[in-house]
Amino acid sequence: MWRGAAAGAFCHFEVPRYASQTVLDVVTHIQRHLDPTLAYRYACRVGMCGSCAMTVNGIARWTCRTHVDKVAQDGRLEIAPLANLPVIRDLVADMSAFFDKWARAQGRFAGARTRLDDFERVPPQSEARLQADAGIECIGCGVCYASCDVVAWNPDYLGPAALNRAWTLVQDERDAGRAARLRAVAGDAGCHACHTHMSCTERCPKHIAPTAAIGGLKRAVARAALRGEL
Amino acid sequence: MNSRARGETWLWIAQRASAAVLAVCVVVHLGTVIYAVRGGLTAAEILGRTRGSLGWLAFYALFVLAAAVHAPIGLRSVLAEWLGWRGPSRDAALLAFAVLLAALGMRAVLAVFA
Amino acid sequence: MTDIRARNHPSYWTFVVHRVSGIALALFLPLHFWALGQALEGAPRLDAFLAWSAQPLVRLAEWGLVLALAAHLGGGLRVLALEFLPWRDWQKSLTAAAAAATLAVGLAFALAL
Repeated sequence: MWRGAAAGAFCHFEVPRYASQTVLDVVTHIQRHLDPTLAYRYACRVGMCGSCAMTVNGIARWTCRTHVDKVAQDGRLEIAPLANLPVIRDLVADMSAFFDKWARAQGRFAGARTRLDDFERVPPQSEARLQADAGIECIGCGVCYASCDVVAWNPDYLGPAALNRAWTLVQDERDAGRAARLRAVAGDAGCHACHTHMSCTERCPKHIAPTAAIGGLKRAVARAALRGEL
Repeated sequence: MNSRARGETWLWIAQRASAAVLAVCVVVHLGTVIYAVRGGLTAAEILGRTRGSLGWLAFYALFVLAAAVHAPIGLRSVLAEWLGWRGPSRDAALLAFAVLLAALGMRAVLAVFA
Repeated sequence: MTDIRARNHPSYWTFVVHRVSGIALALFLPLHFWALGQALEGAPRLDAFLAWSAQPLVRLAEWGLVLALAAHLGGGLRVLALEFLPWRDWQKSLTAAAAAATLAVGLAFALAL
């Protein structure tokens, strides 16, 4: 288990094994019975909030949904904080950059109607709505961001989650911020830096495919540029 | 605001467009190379087939220009991501590389097909 | 060294092959153009070069370059499919298709030599 911050080391703990034990159970046991100074995050512990995301045996996962039986090799586990993010302490990563990039990608709905207008009619089976729905369940856990090589290589890269959210808004016909959003997600810090490694899609615990969303953004941005709208 | 958005979008478009052109050219090229290479190769054989052919000259001129666009843009990402080389000096170097490819390539095309 | 544990899936390796083959081709291309440009000096110059290139190590390198070209094409077609076609689950198996096509071409070239 990683202890420390940017400088630190892996420390060894012996933890009793139980049936149906999750990695979060292991971490909690260590903090409650072996070392109360251990810092880590969790909240719902039932796979809804994404707070417990950590690196387990080198792979970013939700620890509350990772059974020890599935991942332990020879009864050993290697637990570290999420990659590609500064470490606050021990297993706690600083998610500020992740959410800052979400904002930079204009990942916020920009409405054009007021309470005095009628509802916007959105056909649920329209192509655009289906595309948006495919990515809308993202809870911002950071697993995709931690798994992305381009995030590691390019500090400005907005990352799969921010771009996925931007795509769901581009596909939302109620949204009025399209032009600015496309400009925000274009370029080497945006969708064009994605090289389709697809680690994000491989690791997303909600089975979202940010690669698909980023592909959509590439097409939308190119179309805007060709029309002189970018 | 993202000031480089437009420029980098056009680079992406150029990269994908040249890729599509190269896909066709490469398939033809691989086919002809595999065909020509059977049983050995001499200069006379090659040049006998290629000299004076306007169609092939046009084809390979297009091939060279597409490659001169595609290779530098491809290297651009590699230089930034694996060597940390970003900024105007990188782009200047890549432009020089593009010119080099185009020049050497057109020289070769004229040598072989004219 | 890079931690492979999280990266050991097909699309990642396809990317690595695509990038490495691209770099190899970009470095090779000026040489290729230069060598062919030698034909400007007449057939004997080109023949001299061809004779040199008949050495086994050079032959092996040539085969490697043909393989790199086929691999890069396969990977590139996969990228174009992912970026331009509507998303379908079978796109994940494009990697396998690209690999298969590469091997086929490499074999064809090896047999033709």
